[in-house]
Amino acid sequence: MITKLSHATIWVLDQDEALTFYRDKLGFEVRTDQTLDSGFRWLTVGPPGQDIELVLMKPGPPAMPPEAAEQITALISKGAMGSGVFGTDDCRGTYAELSEKGVEFLEEPAERFYGVEAMFRDNSGNWFSLTQRSG
Amino acid sequence: MGGVEHLRRARDEMDRRYAEPLDIAALAATALASEAHFIRSFKREFGETPHRYLQRRRIERAATLLRETDRTVTEISLDVGFQGLSWFTTAFREIMGETPTAYRDRLRGAPPAMVPGCYTMMWTRKSSFPQAE
Repeated sequence: MITKLSHATIWVLDQDEALTFYRDKLGFEVRTDQTLDSGFRWLTVGPPGQDIELVLMKPGPPAMPPEAAEQITALISKGAMGSGVFGTDDCRGTYAELSEKGVEFLEEPAERFYGVEAMFRDNSGNWFSLTQRSG
Repeated sequence: MGGVEHLRRARDEMDRRYAEPLDIAALAATALASEAHFIRSFKREFGETPHRYLQRRRIERAATLLRETDRTVTEISLDVGFQGLSWFTTAFREIMGETPTAYRDRLRGAPPAMVPGCYTMMWTRKSSFPQAE
């Protein structure tokens, strides 16, 4: 049986800039940063305390043809890509901390029936909820 | 004129300040464009005018408040930035296909949807894929 989700991909516009954002602003750990002989850069990060690797991938050949990469890049830039949820024990505190570091929020923390939630973008344009679950 | 990233930043400003009056001049400045160019570029990239986008954002927030609070329809219309109940009702009906009251009545007592806000927001956005129109 499948026991866990170990890797998930976040498409980014620039791996160096994404690394700066996820490591220095969100405080994620760098799990792997390795460039293979082929030039493929395997860059993964994850939140402290969780065993998951978020793969920061730049669209482009050879994984996809240039025209597909161009389309995906346009969608990321428009802010149409992303959507995931990061968990926190203190949404308002984390909002204050990340805002101080320059993270762009779309919504300030607000009460929902399932907890407190804010929304932010990474520096590529992907958006995420930041959720403190109640109960 | 800035690129699409600057247009997105202008749109994000509307997402953040949806209850405030639409300030095309400020948004155009964020997008590094003239007002006319900003409106044209915004529509080309996102499929609708800034004004319509802001209406959609306000209605999305209003729908959440109708579902999750006991505030009156009039209060909610003001909360999300509409200047009058009739404008709010008209926009709500155009976007949601029913009146605010009918929407609230239909969903009253329904189990709350466990959908994070970012997905709700995505679902209410106009598609970025032209073929989906």
